[in-house]
Amino acid sequence: MAKHGFDIKKQTGFGTIAIACFILLYTPIFLLIIYSFNSGTSIAAWEGFSWRWYVSAWENEQVQDATVRSLVIAFWASAIATSVAVMAALATTRTPKFKGQTAAFAMINQPLMVPEIVTAVALLILFSVIKVATGYTGLLYLIIAHAAFCIPFAYLPIRARLQGMDLSLEQAAADLYASPFLVFRRVTLPQLWPGILAGAMLAFVISLDDVVITEFVKSAGQDTLPTYMLGQLRRVITPEINAISTVLLGISVFMVVAFTLLSKIRN
Amino acid sequence: MADLSTTVAKRASRTRWMLLAPALIILVLAASGPLLITLVYSFLTPGDYGGVVWKFSTDGWFNVFAQRDIFDDTLGWSDAHLSILWRSIKLSLMTTLACLFFGVPTAYFIATRPKQQRDMWMLLIMIPFWTNLLIRTFAILELIRNEGTINTLLLWLGIIDAPIQMLYTEGSILLGMLYVYLPLMVLPVYASMERLDFSLVEAGYDLYATRFQVLRRVIMPLVKPGVIAGSILVFVPSLGAYVTPRVMGGGNQLMLGNLIELQFGQGRNWPLGAALSITLLVIVMVALIFYVRTAGKEDAHHG
Repeated sequence: MAKHGFDIKKQTGFGTIAIACFILLYTPIFLLIIYSFNSGTSIAAWEGFSWRWYVSAWENEQVQDATVRSLVIAFWASAIATSVAVMAALATTRTPKFKGQTAAFAMINQPLMVPEIVTAVALLILFSVIKVATGYTGLLYLIIAHAAFCIPFAYLPIRARLQGMDLSLEQAAADLYASPFLVFRRVTLPQLWPGILAGAMLAFVISLDDVVITEFVKSAGQDTLPTYMLGQLRRVITPEINAISTVLLGISVFMVVAFTLLSKIRN
Repeated sequence: MADLSTTVAKRASRTRWMLLAPALIILVLAASGPLLITLVYSFLTPGDYGGVVWKFSTDGWFNVFAQRDIFDDTLGWSDAHLSILWRSIKLSLMTTLACLFFGVPTAYFIATRPKQQRDMWMLLIMIPFWTNLLIRTFAILELIRNEGTINTLLLWLGIIDAPIQMLYTEGSILLGMLYVYLPLMVLPVYASMERLDFSLVEAGYDLYATRFQVLRRVIMPLVKPGVIAGSILVFVPSLGAYVTPRVMGGGNQLMLGNLIELQFGQGRNWPLGAALSITLLVIVMVALIFYVRTAGKEDAHHG
């Protein structure tokens, strides 16, 4: 492509800005990780390497409770969101345009369009009425709220996978008198699973990371890991927060790599 | 035959809605339904200890933009609310511009790498995107606090005698929002840059265009849909941001999200909070409709 040494793809200064952008993105994250290993109580003055903040986070009962709660909510929310998203994707993909299609899409994608704070406030209002009426203050509110905003995140990768799938195998199975359910279980599902797994992982991470909606919906003593961390801000920050963040960061990196590999699996 | 085909179509339609039902029920219950209740609450009277009294009132909406003077009972604009609204819009626009400044060249840089390297560079954008927003806000907070990395370093080097107050300013909120929303700009812009046909760029140079002219007249028009999508993806969450202004603004520099939260906490004025949150929703919807219109026009243009 390059003629006479003239690089047509070059734009003056773009490389510099891009490198600056990557430095901006990663410097704070690296510092956060480095100071999680600080043996002192400061998050900026290095005093030597130690695991003490990981040990202290591990032994902190509030952190333990919040971690378990976060995982329970993320597990149920992503399981519910993924199951209903699979059904919704089957109903809306590879079909001719149907009446109510736009409305159905708008509903499914609503959590992506409405600002989180608006949904959070709306759920606070609704659940406060239900809490007074029924007296129930358990985790179910958080699970339903999380399931709802996870649906579009689970739906999109599943739909993308379905769109790339070949209809002929399913038609062949149906021609051989397989019932619709058998076709789904034996033909559709085995091809669809990378999409389902990708959708479930995305939903799990989105639920695990949520701050705003959880902060408004939770009852007293129902802190998740992110809302616990937000609460710690009012106090003196110790590298314990860095240690928790580093662990969560590790989970995210693992998930994004797995997600990327999953979306690469060919049909 | 006609009867049979309508029966089949009817059955297909019923199956479709039965499959859609579980998702739609959850969404009505915990996404769209509550918005309607919010709208109802915005027309009620605040209760003494939070909550509402079921008595119709337009005070909630009235107080969004106006206030009655407590001394002489005259009507006036609510300066506090208007300045918060203005700050939200201003900071969101500035965040979008800052993300454009960093994001577009970065997307271009990645799109012009050799094909096998692009995935690796994109992974570097995806990792922050998948990382908890709170953790990323924390990371930037620790950098610019008075006891943070930058100040500690500058003090140690002897460049400054006292820490520079960077946190709890509009600038720190802007930096925080740029940091957390930047990947949202790079992703869609890269998606359109990747499909860029460089023979058009080459043609531009053959016609003696300068690099800047090629950028402005050839590249930018071709990647405009991605740039618009990225701007919307950054602008909308910025406008409703709650965590970043709370952490980086520290209660001094409120944005709309924090003002809404205040009404459900210390303010104990749920109808006002509900009215403010519907106001935010309307602004976001206007931005989205603007986007759909522009994107639709682009399509018609190319098709």
